[in-house]
Amino acid sequence: MATQSRGRASRRAGSPLTPYLFLLPYLAIFVTFVVVPAVFGLWISLHDWDYMLDSQIFLGLRNYTDLLDETSLLYPEFWNGMKNTLIFTVASVPFLIVIPLLLAMLLNIKFPGRTFFRALFFAPYVLGVAVIGLMWRYLLDGNFGIVNALFGTEIQWTTDQPWAWVALVGVTIWWTMGFNAIIYLAGLGDIPAEQYEAAALDGAGWWNKFLYVTLPGLRPVLIFIMVTTILASANMFGQSYIITGGGPTESTKTAIMTITELGLRRYQMGAAAAESYVLAAFLALVSIANFWLLRDKDAAREQRELKAERREKDALQRQEVTA
Amino acid sequence: MRRVARNPLLWLVLVILSIIFLGPLLIMFFTSLKTAGESQSVPPTLWPQAPTLRAYDILLSAADNPIFRWFLNSMLAATVHAVLVVITASLAGYALARMQFAGRNAMFALIISTLFVPGFIFLMPNFLILDTFGWLDTLLAIIVPGAAGAFGVFFMRQFFLGLPKEFEESARIDGASPFTTFLRIMLPNAAPAMVTLLVLAFLANWNDFIWPLYVLFTDARLTLPVGLTKLQGAYTIDYPVIMAGAVIASLPVLILYTFVQRYVIEGVATGGVKG
Repeated sequence: MATQSRGRASRRAGSPLTPYLFLLPYLAIFVTFVVVPAVFGLWISLHDWDYMLDSQIFLGLRNYTDLLDETSLLYPEFWNGMKNTLIFTVASVPFLIVIPLLLAMLLNIKFPGRTFFRALFFAPYVLGVAVIGLMWRYLLDGNFGIVNALFGTEIQWTTDQPWAWVALVGVTIWWTMGFNAIIYLAGLGDIPAEQYEAAALDGAGWWNKFLYVTLPGLRPVLIFIMVTTILASANMFGQSYIITGGGPTESTKTAIMTITELGLRRYQMGAAAAESYVLAAFLALVSIANFWLLRDKDAAREQRELKAERREKDALQRQEVTA
Repeated sequence: MRRVARNPLLWLVLVILSIIFLGPLLIMFFTSLKTAGESQSVPPTLWPQAPTLRAYDILLSAADNPIFRWFLNSMLAATVHAVLVVITASLAGYALARMQFAGRNAMFALIISTLFVPGFIFLMPNFLILDTFGWLDTLLAIIVPGAAGAFGVFFMRQFFLGLPKEFEESARIDGASPFTTFLRIMLPNAAPAMVTLLVLAFLANWNDFIWPLYVLFTDARLTLPVGLTKLQGAYTIDYPVIMAGAVIASLPVLILYTFVQRYVIEGVATGGVKG
């Protein structure tokens, strides 16, 4: 009886190969363009790789050690790019975390037309960096741009520092804040209304509600936004490429701009691959630090205490047994 | 609640924000209707004094302006890419959500872990892989590699996990094969998720900049975003022409967005919160 029904069940479930057939189309693309290149990229980074040539010269770790050698040719441009990416990330991330939260709290108020405004504020994000870059380059023009006209200033936003950074950060906030706001908004919707009611009963004002209900409730969303926003800012390319062209004097040329120009314009692909792995290693460290800093300390402590308690109990039991 | 909705301060903030978000786009459109001279007037005009379609005329009529080709390239690439993503991600997401097989958890973990790998490390190796395939400077370079992204699989798996198991059980009792069950029962129920993914994939591909910038070379084979930067080079100070190009590149996505904004926003929200 038992074997019979098992046989029928497996026939109904199809052949054991079925799941793999479902996965095959995706896995074929995934292996070709993610798994293989992740390893192949490391291999490239160990060579003086020029795709125009048939054979590549093996260098070992030279491409990496060159990045630490102040006398090497690539040293200044690589660290200039890294420095600029760091400046942009540090300057943009706090705004990209705080402003969307305020926007989400505004959109979380129930008022007629909030779906409309939600859609409106998200709209810039559906446009590509090429469109918004060209648009803002015109609006920010130092001589006839509308931004100067509005503020009554005569700032060369795209060719003078620190204004070029102000412009790039500002444009990025305008372009992407709707994205983070939508994620915050979903997170706010997941916080039970009872928690606010309970806080109100305890006499909490809006600041205390924000501090003790909203922020803890948003923790997982906040971690996600921190990590993805830092990654996105560290990936900055198009805004600089189009609005400032990396200028003035390469002061807004980001790490990605340096890497792509080296690898895909000057075709020094080995060195460029090494640079991209170094940047990726930095980003991995930042992400890990982020998870660690924002981890739920109370929950972690509770778990530790539970474990300690259990260990104590085990020890006691063992003592009893031996006794 | 009603008190809040009547608060004039709320509406003042909303109006200011609307101007900040919408204003630049409107100026871009108005500028495309100006003469080259007016586009550089000091102080700048808001509304075109003598509206003209000259910029669009230059873009669409001149033989050496392949903007029509770029538009078709972008449309073709983004559409095929989006369909490819939806098909491969639905199949894979369904298997990972509902089928038992050896290595399932490890495979899912591997796929998801790539969400945290920054895309730029694939630039050099994928350029070389495309070169060996002979795909450089073709639309395949824009369509296929991006479909390896983990988001679609994660998104569809999440959706299938939420569907009741009774769907498949009743189909199985009727003797349907796994593929028939998937096609006839599961897919129709997954339509909202598939539309969301279709739109997100289309938008991402339509707007992609860095990748097409480096893997497409011939003028007639470019996609719109890369083509626009060519316009910037060719018409450096003829701003109406550049703005007209930007308008042409934004119209399809803005129109699409107006119709499906709910799907887009919900897709982004689930991706973030459940991620």
